[in-house]
Amino acid sequence: MTASLLRPKKAGPDAPDRTLWLVAYTLLTGLLLFWGSGRLDPGTKFNSVVLSFVFAAFLGSLLLAYQWRANGAVKVLVGVFVLIFVVPDIGRGNGSFFDLAIQMCIFAALALGLNIVVGQAGLLDLGYVAFFAVGAYLWGIFGSGQFQGIVKSDLPFVPLGVGDWLIPLLLTLAGVAGYLWMKAIDRAHPGSLKPRGGQRAARAFSVLLIVIGVVGILVLVATLINAAITSHYNGQPAALSALASGINPNFFWLFIILAVAVAAIAGVLIGLPVLKLKGDYLAIVTLGLGEVIRVFANNLTKYTSGPQGISGVTTAPVSLLDKLAGALGFPPEQFKLFFLYFLVLLVIGVVITVNVRLSRSNIGRAWVAIREDEIAAQAMGVPLVRTKIMAFATGASFAGVMGVIFAAKQQFISPESFTFFQSISVLTMVILGGMGNIAGVILGAAVVTLLNLSILTALSETLQALPNFNSNLDPAKYNRLIFGAILVLMMLFRPEGLLPSARQKIMMHENDDTDPALDSLNDDGAIGGALGTGAPGMPDVTSPGQATSAENTPIDRTGGRQ
Amino acid sequence: MENFVTGILINGLLIGTLYAIIALGYTMVYGVLQLINFAHSEVFLTGGVVAFEIFRVLSPAPGAEPGTGMNPYLVFAVALVTAIVVCGALNIVIERLAYRPLRNAPKLVPLISAIGVSLILQDVIKLLEGFQGRFQLAVNVPGAFTRTVFTVADTNVKGIDLTLLIVAAVMLFGLNRLVNHSRVGRAIRAVAQDRVTAGLMGIDSNRMISLTFLIGGALGGVGGVLFALKFPNLDPYSGTIPGIKAFSAAVLGGIGSIPGAVLGGLVLGIIENFLGSLSGLVFIFPKLAFLGAIKAEYKDVGAFIALIVILIFKPSGLLGRNATEKV
Repeated sequence: MTASLLRPKKAGPDAPDRTLWLVAYTLLTGLLLFWGSGRLDPGTKFNSVVLSFVFAAFLGSLLLAYQWRANGAVKVLVGVFVLIFVVPDIGRGNGSFFDLAIQMCIFAALALGLNIVVGQAGLLDLGYVAFFAVGAYLWGIFGSGQFQGIVKSDLPFVPLGVGDWLIPLLLTLAGVAGYLWMKAIDRAHPGSLKPRGGQRAARAFSVLLIVIGVVGILVLVATLINAAITSHYNGQPAALSALASGINPNFFWLFIILAVAVAAIAGVLIGLPVLKLKGDYLAIVTLGLGEVIRVFANNLTKYTSGPQGISGVTTAPVSLLDKLAGALGFPPEQFKLFFLYFLVLLVIGVVITVNVRLSRSNIGRAWVAIREDEIAAQAMGVPLVRTKIMAFATGASFAGVMGVIFAAKQQFISPESFTFFQSISVLTMVILGGMGNIAGVILGAAVVTLLNLSILTALSETLQALPNFNSNLDPAKYNRLIFGAILVLMMLFRPEGLLPSARQKIMMHENDDTDPALDSLNDDGAIGGALGTGAPGMPDVTSPGQATSAENTPIDRTGGRQ
Repeated sequence: MENFVTGILINGLLIGTLYAIIALGYTMVYGVLQLINFAHSEVFLTGGVVAFEIFRVLSPAPGAEPGTGMNPYLVFAVALVTAIVVCGALNIVIERLAYRPLRNAPKLVPLISAIGVSLILQDVIKLLEGFQGRFQLAVNVPGAFTRTVFTVADTNVKGIDLTLLIVAAVMLFGLNRLVNHSRVGRAIRAVAQDRVTAGLMGIDSNRMISLTFLIGGALGGVGGVLFALKFPNLDPYSGTIPGIKAFSAAVLGGIGSIPGAVLGGLVLGIIENFLGSLSGLVFIFPKLAFLGAIKAEYKDVGAFIALIVILIFKPSGLLGRNATEKV
């Protein structure tokens, strides 16, 4: 049993049946959890650190159910028992575990979204949390008193004149025209492998024009809608005062759907200009864009309240679930958590299903192909740009949905929740669990969230209670150190993650056998470097389809047409 | 109007010089390893922290009589040398522990490791801050650095600004000698061009890579000291944004190219200052009222957009060479 825990590997068909072990483990840890949280005997209560570990061990039964070979029905039963019965019941006694379970699911969904971008398609996105912010602010603005503040203000600039629309429209049209023109030239000389440098630059410039124009039009449309809504409410003080705590909370459901679309559009808009970049350049640009979104959230005070953040974000009222929770003995202040917990379970179920289906579809295989070798994938007819945009948009939409739920759960959002460090946290989850593997990513999210929100805080509480404790050593303050150490150690010793996908595992250890020998030669000063890595020549910035030089590179034919 | 432009140019030049010094650390490492050394932003911040500590220890106490204590220029020199040693050594250690074992791994692996190192260093600095108090130089900066030396077109040029320019010029000259006109420099360039072949020619590539990290770290240390004097209020995270901008500057100038990093730094500094002062144009052209909505905070946005635009249209940067990928 320990061996399989240390070297997690999904059990094959010839593995011993462990149904009884699974049931025993689940019941035992469940009992321990009940006992430790004081549900059996109010007198005994574990120390909060120990209790966190017991909770983690109990959730581990889900992992075992996934890993071990056991009766399928028993596996389902264990899942239902853990997620539907025990976790809410423990949450009833100790609200922080409820909160923790919801956070875990939110981060698991985020990690699954990032897994598509980083793990499957191999695009390192360091600004992923931007899409989370888009979702959170989308509902945060409309689902709170913030919206009243926006529409109550004076009538904003109304862009109804032709002149207001002329410039962005012309830009877009010029961009489209330029793009089509370049395409026509491309078609007129189909045999020419050499792209004329000017032609490629002109095409890129056209795309930039289109992006600027479309953004301009979107801004104008938004201003127009803003003006329309404001003038609508200006005449109706009663309707305006009804907005004191946001729009009708039932719109929450609509916004969950809307967030998918808005975040996906944001993903496409951000993705279009940057996806031509390669590996590490993409990383730094996405990092920058993530910061840009945070700067906007900090400075567009009218809409986002800036650094103070938006408070009082509501959720949809679900009277049926509330009644159920009441009948089950939940205190009224937990009704919301009860509802959100089941909502989040449902959403993560959908997310996992989508993830699994996608990864086994054509598009999933195309992602893996461009991750492994862009040039080969392109040669086999995989449309690079479209495939990458798909990955970006899909990952973004998961983050968008979870942003809405996160805003509803926290009731408060501020730019602080959407920093670069948050993006790195999600990346840590993906890497710790195992890039490209769905179960691994969920495991990573669960471990990191537990560590960050439960074990570290419990540890710091325990330590603070000690006499003479220097608060500078409070471990909860140093989560960056811990995350950084996780990242470095994982990269050094187990780059494929705790629960690797078979493909990643092989890829990460491809060079293992040959390298030490070459390295030792290198230490003697005889032969430098490893042959396997290829010659580190001048930097290669862009994708092969958009290569830097005008010479010797195939033009991106597939990407443009699809 | 002229004063406005001159102010932008002077301030942009000064901040740009700082970016250029930091960008050199990125560009040299990238040239050799094709790795974005994310930890460089914290390495240069460490230089600032070292400077603070040296100033704290060696400067006269706030209540002391003027004229007592060590000469501020001597303190500055001590801080500079210490920062060079500490940051160079730190960078070598980072390379040895976190990057060298991953030399043959897929490209994203050392990059993630670099991000991890950067996070670790941030919290180590935070720990130091916890014990030493906030890194604020306000009391300890010698008057010689904060005094205005002369005024050009309403822009005050302070002692630190002149020091910045002089130190940067000396360092760039030295670096140019080292890289382009010495045996070691040739070896580094050979390793950057082709590690395997350089090894076959008898160059110890690992040692050259360590040396590159040493030089990059030392430059970062100098940049950190100057940064700390110019912006005398550091926190553990204040290295990140200048770090990203310095990297943008390196890309702007053409990554791997030393003159490119300098040019990129200067251009980026001026672009950024221009965007930051756009709202100031309202006073000159009252018709452009919408510019008032552009807050100074948006200058970061401008820097990143400049980076994206450069990467899309001229990925090899202003002074970089075109490269083709061979299959």
